[in-house]
Amino acid sequence: MTDNGILQIALYLVILIACIKPLGWYMAQIYENKPCGINRLLQPIERLIYKLSGIQPDIEMGWKKYLYTMLIFNLVGLLAVYAIQRLQYYLPLNPQHFSAVSPSISFNTAASFITNTDWQAYSGEGTLSYLTQMMALTVQNFLSAATGISLLVAFIRGLARYETHSLGNFWADTVRGILYILLPLAFFLAIALSAQGVIQNFKPYQKISLLQAIHYQQPKLDTSGLPIKDINGNSITEKVIVTEQEIPMGPVASQVAIKQLGTNGGGFFNTNSAHPFENPTPLSNFLEMLAILLIPAALCYTFGLMIKDKRQGWAVFLAMLVLFIPLITMAVYSEQKGNPALTSMGIDQTAKPGLFPGGNMEGKETRFGIVNSALWATATTATSNGSVNAMHDSFMPLGGMATIWLMHLGEVVFGGVGTGLYGMLMLVLITVFVAGLMIGRTPEYLGKKIEPFEMKMVTVAVLIMPLIVLLLTAIACVTPMGVSSILNPRSHGFSEILYAFTSMGNNNGSAFAGLDATTPFYAIAGGIEMLLLRFWIAITVLAVAGSLVHKKCVPTSSGTLSTHTLLFIILLVGLTCILGALTFFPTLALGPIAEYFRLGVMHGH
Amino acid sequence: MEVLKQFKTAVILLLLMTLLTGFLYPVLVTTIAELLFPFEANGSLIKHKNQWIGSQLIGQSFTDENYFWSRPSETKPFPYNAENSSGSNYSAMNPDFLSAIKVRVAALQKTDPQNQKRVPVDLVTASASGLDPEISPYAAIYQVPRIAKVRKIPEQKVLNLINQLTENRYLNVLGEPRVNVLRLNLALDNL
Repeated sequence: MTDNGILQIALYLVILIACIKPLGWYMAQIYENKPCGINRLLQPIERLIYKLSGIQPDIEMGWKKYLYTMLIFNLVGLLAVYAIQRLQYYLPLNPQHFSAVSPSISFNTAASFITNTDWQAYSGEGTLSYLTQMMALTVQNFLSAATGISLLVAFIRGLARYETHSLGNFWADTVRGILYILLPLAFFLAIALSAQGVIQNFKPYQKISLLQAIHYQQPKLDTSGLPIKDINGNSITEKVIVTEQEIPMGPVASQVAIKQLGTNGGGFFNTNSAHPFENPTPLSNFLEMLAILLIPAALCYTFGLMIKDKRQGWAVFLAMLVLFIPLITMAVYSEQKGNPALTSMGIDQTAKPGLFPGGNMEGKETRFGIVNSALWATATTATSNGSVNAMHDSFMPLGGMATIWLMHLGEVVFGGVGTGLYGMLMLVLITVFVAGLMIGRTPEYLGKKIEPFEMKMVTVAVLIMPLIVLLLTAIACVTPMGVSSILNPRSHGFSEILYAFTSMGNNNGSAFAGLDATTPFYAIAGGIEMLLLRFWIAITVLAVAGSLVHKKCVPTSSGTLSTHTLLFIILLVGLTCILGALTFFPTLALGPIAEYFRLGVMHGH
Repeated sequence: MEVLKQFKTAVILLLLMTLLTGFLYPVLVTTIAELLFPFEANGSLIKHKNQWIGSQLIGQSFTDENYFWSRPSETKPFPYNAENSSGSNYSAMNPDFLSAIKVRVAALQKTDPQNQKRVPVDLVTASASGLDPEISPYAAIYQVPRIAKVRKIPEQKVLNLINQLTENRYLNVLGEPRVNVLRLNLALDNL
């Protein structure tokens, strides 16, 4: 690793940690409905929204009502996103006259955006109108993120309150999350990004004339669109000269800001934040990367404040950080080392300060080099963001493995906004339970007894993800519809399938993008997987919250296991790793690990 | 009945949120961006002799010997197709990838057989977007002898251009140093 690399990573983490307290405090104020400046300013809008949509914000809901209002809201969102894509040809703001998106891709994208996954089976600049980008995708970026935080807040209330049944009002939580947290942050980030060169307009694509024309060969087609072949069966090619470039336009900055902040990750363009119009400079890259972890990390502090024990929040945050840092190191190290297969071809991959990043530059942008690409890759897979600024498919085997492994942990290392922390708190409950068994006491967390009902729900929440991911991966590996989408041969092809279902199952959305995900099989199986896992886990989480909120407070005694100590953090990290490793290690052995050793045998390390 | 009521709330709230986050928010951002940063918000386009000749941020394909070459691009069906951004997605050992690299190395070495330096990796690997507008200063310096020879100008003159146009790390920390290929080639033509 280079000195500058270490500096960049350290700077990133320091600024992130500095943001946690102020933002975490602010979010706690919002969700506890306490005044803090901005909410006074925007309160008339909040009240108007409640009035128009018939919401009574002060009437609290039990877990079942919280759950079904959430499901209803998401169902309506799903239908709206689907409909807008199917109808975009007839709707305004479509200067490129894109026709309707196909049914299977529309379903996949709708499922993908309401579940906060943002898997890209679509190619933004080639298929989606500005209206679809704004009114379907950007809107769901806000709503799915706010839904995630609402679920977390309900869960925290389940822990913080005693002997009641109410978890808050889903509508009010969601409206507040959007109006006071996501919208202001996204607004300022969007302006900052557009200053850096992220485009923001409603113009049609701009034609420019190239300095040097491009010549290329393309197969000649007959009138029915089939390639014409000569006597030997080879297709006949014709020469094409390109003298113009069509520069895409659109309202990009407003979409990119929220896709980074809300751990959504669905790009305006096909190549997401690797595209120079989504992420033009090192500064825009830094801001976007900070936005990935900002809210998930700050929510740890919000959690501490809301349960009135800040140490608990920091303990969970530290556990996440401890899991995160080694994987950054692994990814950066493996990418910086470069590809041994290229060394023998007379290619220079050694970094030269001030001149050259070196390393494995396939699928990476010059302005980001190795460090920012690998750091982004770990941040985006640690959270369920899934935006990319480099092509993960072209990472070295161990660099790619770091990203898959982070998703295999269940998106609990910071994770999605809201979802990451409630996922981690599920693991905390398991840790408390396991520790309780070891010392022979009834497990407790924050003064609440953990009983069989909670443990059953937690087990279901934790095990459903590996079950579905492995099942779908297995199906795809043995069927022609699964394997025909693969781009790269051998174990890396398996990694592509594994990555796809891991990413969709954990609502991440990044990809080993060589895999052709536009086929009906991947679009539909993936769409169902995203919906199933997002809402299945949400149901169990709310059920646990609904059960915990009834319980009375057990006074701490000498036998109570404290859950903010170093010992507990180590236990939690260990348990998280073991759960992830036990369920997924065999697949990693078949994919990236096999590839790593084969590369070593053939080209040396 | 209760469920129906919630459905109604859901539909109205979705419409209001669509208005707020899907319309007012992007329109407000657009208005402010157009006022404060019109050049950046509209694609950082460059005009030359009354004609749009490119965007500073979107790379173009350069393969003529008298120009600095950009990074290889894997957009389809032709390189640097801005309507279809894409990387190669090749894995480290994909035979297609390795043979493509071999071809690229050979092409570079053919144009400048005297150059004994090892080829900078960014000059033979495809970028993530396929539209990378920049190359590393090292990759630019590597091409200096060829360009000086073809254009019949002293190497120092070309090196000076690279030095002038090299963008350093932001605050000397963030990102990587780089040179914009389009601007470099425009400057070459103006020499």
